[in-house]
Amino acid sequence: MKARTIETKRGARCRVLEAGSGMPLVFFHGAGGLLADNPFLDQLAARYHVFAPELPGYGESTGEELLEDMLDFTLHGWDVVAALGLTKPHLVGHSMGGMITAEMAAIAPGDLDKLVLVAAAGLWIEEHPIPDIFAMLPGQLVELLFQDPVKGMALLTGGADFSDMEVFKAFYLGQQRRLAMAGKILFPIPNRRVSKRLYRVAAAKTLVLWGGADKLIGPAYAERWGRLIPGATVEVVPGAGHMLPYEEPAAFVGAVSRFLG
Amino acid sequence: MKFTWFNLMPWPYLPDDFREQNRSVWVDIPSKLYDPRKGHFVYHQYMDQLEYAETLGFDGIGCNEHHQNGYGLMPSPNLIAAGLARRTSRAAICVIGNSIAGYNPPIRVAEEFAMLDVISGGRLVAGFPVGTPMDTNFCYGQIPALTRDKYQEAHDMIMKAWAEDEPFAFDGKYNQLRWVNCWPKPIQKPHPPIYIPGGGSIETWDFCLDHDYNYSYLSFYGYVRGKSLLEGYWDRVAKRGKDDSPYRAAFAQIICVADTDAEAEELYAEHCLYFFNRCLHVFPPFADPPGYRTVNTIKYGALSQLRLEAQKLMANLTWKQLVDERFIIAGSPETVRQQLEECIKGLRIGHLFCLLHTGNMPDWKTRHSTKLFAEKVMPHLRNLWPEWEHDDRWWIHPMEDRLHPEELQPGAEKPGQEWPA
Repeated sequence: MKARTIETKRGARCRVLEAGSGMPLVFFHGAGGLLADNPFLDQLAARYHVFAPELPGYGESTGEELLEDMLDFTLHGWDVVAALGLTKPHLVGHSMGGMITAEMAAIAPGDLDKLVLVAAAGLWIEEHPIPDIFAMLPGQLVELLFQDPVKGMALLTGGADFSDMEVFKAFYLGQQRRLAMAGKILFPIPNRRVSKRLYRVAAAKTLVLWGGADKLIGPAYAERWGRLIPGATVEVVPGAGHMLPYEEPAAFVGAVSRFLG
Repeated sequence: MKFTWFNLMPWPYLPDDFREQNRSVWVDIPSKLYDPRKGHFVYHQYMDQLEYAETLGFDGIGCNEHHQNGYGLMPSPNLIAAGLARRTSRAAICVIGNSIAGYNPPIRVAEEFAMLDVISGGRLVAGFPVGTPMDTNFCYGQIPALTRDKYQEAHDMIMKAWAEDEPFAFDGKYNQLRWVNCWPKPIQKPHPPIYIPGGGSIETWDFCLDHDYNYSYLSFYGYVRGKSLLEGYWDRVAKRGKDDSPYRAAFAQIICVADTDAEAEELYAEHCLYFFNRCLHVFPPFADPPGYRTVNTIKYGALSQLRLEAQKLMANLTWKQLVDERFIIAGSPETVRQQLEECIKGLRIGHLFCLLHTGNMPDWKTRHSTKLFAEKVMPHLRNLWPEWEHDDRWWIHPMEDRLHPEELQPGAEKPGQEWPA
C-alpha cells in the first residue's frame, strides 16, 4: 500500500494508506491503531479502492489537540472523507473505529454507501461489562484481544525487541499517545450514547460483523447492535477474537466482500 | 521554617498477606476489608492526633483527599478539616487539598473552602491538586487526556468566584453556570494561601509561578530522590525571574523520632514497612493511564512514582533500606535533626509536611514520635532561613479576634447575648 498525508479542513494532518481501485472503502482502525502487519487491507484492495487513515495521535498523524469529544471525532471522520475527495464511500470501522463510523452514519446517513461495524465499541450492556483496557498490563490486554496471544503480542508491538530500553520507551510513548487519544471517547465507559442516534442508520446497508469468541467486547454486543439497527445483517465468525481482521483476514474479507458486493 | 503535622489516615487493618491476595490498595481494593465500627475509632484517633499536634506547637495540621483506597481514608478532607476547625484555634488547617477536576460544579470547592476559612477564623491553607490518576481518573471517571484542561478551568472558576464582588456568568468548556456568586467568601484576602501538590509533572511548575502559588512536592521516596525534581523547579523559578524564597516550596517527609536510633527501628520499623508494602501497593496501570501525564513530563524522565522500579523496590524493602536510602528520616532526635537539615537546605523548602504517623502505627507511638519531634527537633530547625524570616506570602493570616471554639462549653453562653457588631 502507498502512504500519503492529508490535511483536514480543521487542520489535522493524517497519514492515509491507500491501495486498489473501484468503489471507495474507508477503514477506521481501533484504539491500538493501524497495526503494521495488516494483510486484510491488501486483500480488500483487490476489490475496492481502500483508504486507511490514521487518527491524530497515531503514528505520524498530528492534531490530537483538535479533537476532544465524540462530535469532534465524528466530524473528523467526515473531514477525512472530504479531504480524500470521496463521494459516498463504504465505511468499515473496527472496534473504536466502529464507534466512530456508527456516529458518522447516524449524523450523515446519506453520505455513505454501506457500513460495516466490526467488533464495534460504543454500546454498554450492564450484564456484559467491557473490561477496562486503560487498567491493564500489556500481557492482559493481548490475552483479551487475540486468540493467539503470542502472535498477538508480535502484531501489537510490530515485533519490536523490548530488551532494548530505547525501543521499549519509544513504544511506550506511542502507546501512551494513542490511548490518550482513544480515552477521549472510550474512558471511563466506552458509551457516548450513539444508541439513541442509530435510528438514522440505514439497516439494509449495515453489516454487524463479530468474532464469536471476542473476549473484549463479547458477541452479546453484536446482537445488541442488530437490535438497535433493526434489519441490519449480523454475522458472527465462530471462534474468532476481537482482532478478527488481523487474525482471520480471509474470513473477515470474505464477509465484508459478500455484504458490500 | 513552618512545620505541618500531616496524617494520610491509612487503614491500619490491612492483613499481613494483603500484597499477595490483592492487586491494589487503591481503586478496586475489596471493600469487605473496611470495617465501619473500627473506622469509628480510627477517625477519632487520627483527628485527636492532629489536634494534639497543635498543642505541641506545630504551625499547621494537614489532611488530603483520596478515594476508594486503604492508603488514606479521606474522600472528603473538608469534613475532617471542619472537625479540626472546631477543636483548634491556632494552627493552620492545611487541606492539600481538593482534587478540583473531579468536582461538578467546582464552585462547591470555592464554597466549602470559604466555609472552612470562615469557621476557622482565616486559618485555611487551600490545596488544589490535579489528584492522583487513581482518584481523578479511575475512581472519579475524568478523561485522562482532558484532566489538566478541566483542572485549569475549575481553578479559574474558583479563583474568580472568590475575587468577584458581583454575580457573573461562567461559560466554560466543562462547566457552565449562569450565576456564580460565592457565599460565603473566605476571610483571607485576596484568598487563602494556595498550595499546588505535584507528583512530578513539570507543567505544574509554571502554573505555580504564573500565580505565585506554593509548589508542594509530595513524595514518599525521600529527599535524596526528590532533589532532582526540586532542582528542576528552582531552575524554573530562576528562569522566570522570581525570588527564591524557600516558602515557595513544600516537601512531605516520613519522620520517626525515638530516644535512640536503635529504638526507632524497634518502635517504628513494622509500621513503616506496613506503609511501603501495603499502603503503596498500587496496580501499576492505575497509576499511569495514558494521557494523564503529558508527553513532556514522560520525556523529562519523571516516571510515575508507583511504577516499575518503585514496585520492584517495594516488594522486599527492609528498614535498613528505608533509612539508608532516606525514604524515611528516622532515629534519635539528633539523627533526625541532622538529616532534616540536609533535607530542608538541600531541597530549599520553607514548609515541611511532617508525616509522623505512618502505616498502622498505634496512637502511643505516634504521640511519642510527635512529642520528641516537637520538643527536641523542631526548635533547632526553626531558623534555617533567617533572611526570609518575615516572608509570610505563603502562610495564613487569621483574624486577630477569632473565637477559640475548643474552649467553649455548649450551654455556657451568656444570657441575652446579641450578634457581634
